[in-house]
Amino acid sequence: MSIEIRGLRKSFGEKEILRGFDLQAGENEIAAIVGPSGVGKSVLLKHVVGLLRPDAGSVVVDGTTVGESHGSALADLRRRIGYVFQFAALFDSMTVAENVGMGLRRAAGWTPDRIRARAEACLAMVGLEGMGSRRPADLSGGQRKRAGLARAIAFSPKYLLYDEPTTGLDPVTTTSIDRLMLRMRDELGVATLVVTHDMTSAFRVADRITLLHEGRAWFTGVPAEVRSSGDPVVRGFVEGDPGLYYGTGAGEPTAGRPR
Amino acid sequence: MRPTATPHRTATVGRGLFGGLAAVGRGVSGGLAGVGRASRLGVAAGRSLGKVGMWAPQLSPQMARVGVASVPIALFIATFTGIVMSLQASYTLTGTIPLYFVGVLVSKTMILELGPVLTGLTLAGRVGANISAELGTMRVTEQVDALETLAYDPVAYLVAPRVLAGTIMFPVVALLAVTVGIASGWVAALQLLDMSSAEFVKGLRLFFEPWDVWFCVIKSVSFGFVVTSVGCFCGLSTRGGAEGVGRSTTRAVVASSMIILFLDAVWAAVLL
Repeated sequence: MSIEIRGLRKSFGEKEILRGFDLQAGENEIAAIVGPSGVGKSVLLKHVVGLLRPDAGSVVVDGTTVGESHGSALADLRRRIGYVFQFAALFDSMTVAENVGMGLRRAAGWTPDRIRARAEACLAMVGLEGMGSRRPADLSGGQRKRAGLARAIAFSPKYLLYDEPTTGLDPVTTTSIDRLMLRMRDELGVATLVVTHDMTSAFRVADRITLLHEGRAWFTGVPAEVRSSGDPVVRGFVEGDPGLYYGTGAGEPTAGRPR
Repeated sequence: MRPTATPHRTATVGRGLFGGLAAVGRGVSGGLAGVGRASRLGVAAGRSLGKVGMWAPQLSPQMARVGVASVPIALFIATFTGIVMSLQASYTLTGTIPLYFVGVLVSKTMILELGPVLTGLTLAGRVGANISAELGTMRVTEQVDALETLAYDPVAYLVAPRVLAGTIMFPVVALLAVTVGIASGWVAALQLLDMSSAEFVKGLRLFFEPWDVWFCVIKSVSFGFVVTSVGCFCGLSTRGGAEGVGRSTTRAVVASSMIILFLDAVWAAVLL
């Protein structure tokens, strides 16, 4: 049970986003991929669930090469992966409970009563008990993320992917989402990939942290190794120093540098 | 005195020419890419019809949204079109042609042209814009991606039921509009013109051909298919937030209206 990303390359037009990215995540492990906005973290995550196809390299989940899977094989693989979107991506036209049960409707053996019970159980697991009849528009940002997570775990996935799970949340809600991610790992035993630019959150939840820089896995290590790294790019990102990160010199202004 | 070409002027003209050619090239290439993407979506939609379990539960709600909810606006337009047709026909024919030809003109025009085309254009605005805005918003808020991660085929779940609903319901709405248009023309002839019911009915039946109704149905089926397909294509091709949703909605309405008018001419040339 693992996610293996090998030499992943992806371009959009002339712009090369991923230039040979490698990563591995196993059972009961949270691997965080960090980097500034726009470096391709979400693009990377979308390859894992087959929403994007690589130009070169491969993503292997549970022994299946995602880029070569189609039709029912890809659908089966996707049922083993829970994806928590950056802005939750809840279906506006449905209630929260219907959102959570959406993936189960297509599966064999799931009666409406069973789906309802499972949706309620998942909502309770993320702290949203009794909110199943609400509409997504009636939820706060943190509640929407929780509802998105409830939908992702409804099918008891073996893998969980989080796209910027704490972006736009206040510090208290961020901490509760972080704790939720740790609980999901411990209770479900899932292999987890988290892409984030929130280093506080990454240090709190990750077993291993990979810095995505210039389309590659620039640095991979446990949180302590990342904290003590002497690499200027790593230090620049962790300390939020643009001069170090972009190589224009510590503390120097960064006019004209990409952000 | 003729101005002489200087090197600077020649270079400017050359740049302008190449710039223009490049713009045309980009336009043609963009258009061809759009046709390619639309064709791919068409093929995927055709294939998705096999996934009955995915689109069938959505069909009835979509038929209600596309068809039933469009009936009031379609009938409103048909009512006034029928009245205006009746009055204008009377104005045109008075003193030269027997007045019962008002019935001929109203019925023929409503069945062959105004019923299906006005309904098509109205629904291009109402239904096409609605579909494009809804799917566009779903696209930019990653709801379409979310469907895929939940093992749904977005084409089977979103596109197939909408296109089927449009193809089935447009002719129903158009036939209702034709009926109401003729009825309102009839009432206008009785109330506002010096015509009897018998005269109007005589005109109504004079050149009536059952084929005319089939012609109306064929046109409406094609318009329903076009409006919903273009709406789905523009919606799912949306990029870039609220502005992108607005752009794709406008594109859906303009493109489907143009295709409706083009098809109108094609059907007239081919079927009449």
